[in-house]
Amino acid sequence: MRKRLHPEGVVTFVVDRNINYTNVCINRCRFCAYYRGPDSPEAFVLGRDELFRKIEETLEEGGTQILLQGGLHPGLDLSFYLEMLRSIKERFDINIHGFSPPEIHYIAGRANLTVGETLQSLRDAGLDSIPGGGAEILSDRVRQVLSPRKIRSAEWLEVMEEAHRLGMRTTATMMFGSVEGPEDIVEHLDALRGLQDRTGGFTAFIPWSFQPKNTELGETVQDRPLGAGGAEYLRIVAVSRLYLDNFPNIQASWVTQGIKMAQVALRFGANDFGSTMIEENVVRAAGVSYRASRRGIVDAIRSAGFKPAQRDTHYNIIRRL
Amino acid sequence: MLGRIEQKVLRGGRLTPEEALALFETDDIHLLGRLADTAAERRSRGRAYFVQNRHINHTNLCLNRCRFCAFSRSKGERGAFELSTEEVLERLEGSPEGLSELHMVGGLHPEWPFEHYLELLRAVKERFPRLGIKAFTAVEVDHFSRISGLSLRETLARLKESGLDLMPGGGAEIFSEGVRKRLCPEKITAERWLEVHRTAHELGIRTNATMLYGHIESYADRVDHMIRLRRLQDDTGGFQAFIPLSYHPFNTEIRGGRPSGIDDLRTIAVSRLVLDNFDHIKAYWVMLGEKLTQVALLFGADDIDGTVVEEKITHAAGALTSEGLTREALIGLIRGAGKVPVERDAFYRELNLYGDRYEDRQGDGAEAPDRFRTARARQ
Ligand code: SF4
Ligand code: SF4
Repeated sequence: MRKRLHPEGVVTFVVDRNINYTNVCINRCRFCAYYRGPDSPEAFVLGRDELFRKIEETLEEGGTQILLQGGLHPGLDLSFYLEMLRSIKERFDINIHGFSPPEIHYIAGRANLTVGETLQSLRDAGLDSIPGGGAEILSDRVRQVLSPRKIRSAEWLEVMEEAHRLGMRTTATMMFGSVEGPEDIVEHLDALRGLQDRTGGFTAFIPWSFQPKNTELGETVQDRPLGAGGAEYLRIVAVSRLYLDNFPNIQASWVTQGIKMAQVALRFGANDFGSTMIEENVVRAAGVSYRASRRGIVDAIRSAGFKPAQRDTHYNIIRRL
Repeated sequence: MLGRIEQKVLRGGRLTPEEALALFETDDIHLLGRLADTAAERRSRGRAYFVQNRHINHTNLCLNRCRFCAFSRSKGERGAFELSTEEVLERLEGSPEGLSELHMVGGLHPEWPFEHYLELLRAVKERFPRLGIKAFTAVEVDHFSRISGLSLRETLARLKESGLDLMPGGGAEIFSEGVRKRLCPEKITAERWLEVHRTAHELGIRTNATMLYGHIESYADRVDHMIRLRRLQDDTGGFQAFIPLSYHPFNTEIRGGRPSGIDDLRTIAVSRLVLDNFDHIKAYWVMLGEKLTQVALLFGADDIDGTVVEEKITHAAGALTSEGLTREALIGLIRGAGKVPVERDAFYRELNLYGDRYEDRQGDGAEAPDRFRTARARQ
């Protein structure tokens, strides 16, 4: 299947930077090691200067996109987000891949607008595409345990559907290896496939596994202290490649699985290596630290027997290496 | 070719070097994995082993200073250390209940006499009589024989008398002479390495064998390495496990890529298929990471080493895996691959079985014959 869709043995990656604009979050998901309360001494909202500096560095490294995400901060309103987007677009020519569905839903709620209206204004201010975070498992039974305060499956799907209707492309993720069963995973994949049939707006599917360290949930899932194993990860990659026949790309997650596992995933259905991720605070807070540089990514793809190519947010190949 | 190899493996036939090479060169890692898993299942009946062990490096001072070694230091250099016998004992005192294997290797200390090592063994054996002592690579044993002026046989006999139970497989690197000369000219030759292990086997000391791959060697060199080990094992039956070691290029003088996860799995699978006279293939989780180790259990490995309290050598070279895993984590890791976790001691005696599958499988066949004993009886 992978070969049918990507016959040349090309494996793509994007050069980008993950910028977290705040770590304050009211959701307090049980698997998240990243969030802080608004009064915590470690709470932050990223200042403009630093934001711009990070974007400059990204461009210097040949980056084409930033992944702009944050927690659900009770003190920020729609105008904060719009101004942030405008200020970036005024200064830089870079793709803004930002705000996962929970953030958009939250911003909309606080502004008293519909999701569609909110997306429209974010798009007009410069938002290009939306990352598929916050999907976790699209089964409300599981969400109730993992992240009771987070938006439900239907709401997550609604945000994506609206975005696709406005012509924005998005990715979709899945976080497995916590409390779900195989039937929940199938429910998740099925919901994505159904929406993709209607809109065609998803560019890629990115499964990654729950990282138990430093999280509330990690302390309760004792029988699997390491989280999901490598065998399970490969199975999920393979199953999703087969089931999501209308998704053009499956992304291997070296950030959560390590470079070596991501390489193996390329033989189990994945065709994209994700991003060079100059920064990845959320995962790092959970104690995984796999280092890689752009050179490292290129070498990793090559030594796995594939041809590396840098792509943009929309999976267009910019240059072959 | 692959079809023929497949038939042969299913019949339980022995692979030729050409066939081994074809397995290295195939892109079809799924077929390779399936074959290796079949071969592993046949002998281990779904079991995968771990051990509660402890690694101690008694010193990192080393006369050799191999160019790919990030661990060794010269005297007086920053980070150099040497543990006295007392200090080794103290570390062991602090170990958890249930520790059954000590893995102790070190550099070639510029001053310690042979007697120092014998004393160390005696002291450990006396204080911890039930602990299996697996210590000193062939490189160290060769060094002992030179500093003591004793023959190899005599050196090993003394070590055994003083409490040495097993020898680890380190220092084998890659046997192929050309590569060895470029990779580690400082080290004993392949012939010498094999001679040390042969002699140990003759004295009743079981050993492991390693192979360091992913640097400048070719697939043909890997095959050559495995075939030489297979030949020695045919003669003595003294090897317990084969451990392929994935090269870590950080902090060392020889750079270059690092083997891909696919290459790691391939090497494990081919070794399971080629080394038909080895009981165990070990996927060393400290090197591979926990996730890939689990996958390796589906590619022919049946041992994942152990709880490993201390591992200076790999970490000095920048491996990013955690330093020690709990027993629960190891059990979970093995279960996740669908294998039955078995806690073993240093001699692969089974201490604890976790899981119901084992009961189902016990009837599958008699215990594997003890090749070592049979071979020794023949002599
Ligand atoms: S996962 Fe996202 S929504 Fe949940 S607590 Fe963390 S930052 Fe907030
Ligand atoms: S590899 Fe062994 S022999 Fe070589 S320098 Fe390191 S410790 Fe010494």
